[in-house]
Amino acid sequence: MKAPVGGKLTERDVTPETVYLNRRQYLKASAVGAAALMAPTLKASESAYGTDPAPLWLKSQNKQASPSPFSTTEKLTPYEYVTGYNNFYEFGTGKDDPEKYGQDFKPHPWQVTVSGLAEGTGTFDLEDLLKGLGVEERIYRLRCVEAWSMVIPWLGVPMAALLQRLKPLSSARYVAFETVYRPEEMPGQASFFAAIDYPYIEGLRMDEAMHPLTLMATGVYGRSLPNQNGAPLRLVVPWKYGFKSIKSIRKITFTDRQPQTTWEKSNAREYGFYANVNPAVDHPRWRQSEERRLPSALFSSNRVPTLPFNGYAESVASLYQGMDLRKYY
Amino acid sequence: MDKMLLTRWFWLFLVLPFAFAGFRVVQVVWYDASALGPDPAQNLVDLFGTIALWFLCAVLLVTPVQTVIKARWLLRQRRALGVACFAYALLHWLSYAGLLLEWQWQNLGQDLLNRPYVIVGFLAGLMLLVLAATSNNASVRVLGLRWRKLHRLVYPAALLILIHMFWVARSDYTEVALYSAVVLLLLLHRSRQRAKSA
Ligand code: HEM
Repeated sequence: MKAPVGGKLTERDVTPETVYLNRRQYLKASAVGAAALMAPTLKASESAYGTDPAPLWLKSQNKQASPSPFSTTEKLTPYEYVTGYNNFYEFGTGKDDPEKYGQDFKPHPWQVTVSGLAEGTGTFDLEDLLKGLGVEERIYRLRCVEAWSMVIPWLGVPMAALLQRLKPLSSARYVAFETVYRPEEMPGQASFFAAIDYPYIEGLRMDEAMHPLTLMATGVYGRSLPNQNGAPLRLVVPWKYGFKSIKSIRKITFTDRQPQTTWEKSNAREYGFYANVNPAVDHPRWRQSEERRLPSALFSSNRVPTLPFNGYAESVASLYQGMDLRKYY
Repeated sequence: MDKMLLTRWFWLFLVLPFAFAGFRVVQVVWYDASALGPDPAQNLVDLFGTIALWFLCAVLLVTPVQTVIKARWLLRQRRALGVACFAYALLHWLSYAGLLLEWQWQNLGQDLLNRPYVIVGFLAGLMLLVLAATSNNASVRVLGLRWRKLHRLVYPAALLILIHMFWVARSDYTEVALYSAVVLLLLLHRSRQRAKSA
């Protein structure tokens, strides 16, 4: 199928998620060694979800994504909501601001600066940083601290593979991430009344960062990340509240001290360093025992119970053995 | 423009936002489930809260604007504006209690006891209720001088709503700052007038 030239309707408008889903199941079925078969299917899905302005090397790396056993089979949140309903405060406070005001942002060329307790420090072109790393498709639940959730098909590389390449020293106990600072392209950063400090900072304990579920995402829905989703490189930690999954990462720092994160700094009583999804620990503003799985309907808001560690407890609960999760929220 | 005409059709201005919201609801229910986005209940909560705030600002603006453009017909619409503010605040609460929380009374009660932003919103809502209930001609007559005193409640209500918004804000205070500036300027204007007339 070809998108009509000059027409308003793109293929994205007419391709339901089920088609994407079928492609995905097809991919799963074809499993290993079917790279030749996969390439054309994902190419089709790329044109189905908007134009992808990313450079060729990234597109082709994303196109070779292999399916992952960590993926959930729950119903996907439609592409238009995954890319049209975002919290990315650098682009504004409204949920549709990131899509509206993120279009002038230029994610390429992109460099990442690595510093601190590692052998592989320095500033790298994104292409070199990712070269040779296998991209996977991971369909994860995303739970926002505002008590809503989505199911999102990310593309990305396992964080462990990326970090190992940077050879952290054994003294490195934490890794901190920093979002790019470009107030001229990001109106939220330029705001006089900003309530949080920019650039945005997040962090993980090393064992959390190296956990197989932790993903450095490079794409979503078969294409490279749109600006509003954190192009060109973002964190995805599915068992933590969404704000931990920092977007448009420009710096990675290995340290021996727990980094102070942006939200902790702005309001430590409400936002902790760990921010593990936990239905038993309430947030002063939002009830955490349940969530609205989006899209929700007007007269039936599709509430589902929130699970400990967002349903990933079996794989990650052991990371926090012996810790009082009420204290370390 | 004919002042009678303005007075007669003023209610249209009051229900316009309601018509807009109603149109969206009809759209969502019958035509296009995505018309209010992926989280329609939250969208309506925010929409009605914002509209209530606009009408609150409008009520506060009437007196200073009236002194400038000398539009006495506008002064006579002040009570109607106030009732509209309360009606939209009520819709705001109904969207929250009925659509977002789906009438889970236990959670409604817990919110009211535990969440500071809900507590101040609720207090402000109660004040608006008292003001709306005494906005008819009979109340004005019966209460006499006390009516004016009672209706100064609109100022503490406005301050509580600003606090409500401040506690709802996440990453940026620009909007709260703008509305706060409007309300504080009007308060200042008011107190200077009172000082002059005293
Ligand atoms: C019992 C009373 C009230 C309750 C339970 C309540 C609840 C809420 C909730 C749940 C939100 C959204 C919070 C979020 O985004 O997470 C909100 C926002 C808001 N409320 Fe209320 N509210 C109440 C009274 C009022 C009143 C009386 C006003 C009068 C103007 C008001 C104005 C607003 C405004 C302007 C917002 C911000 C909307 C936005 O983010 O665009 N609220 N309120």
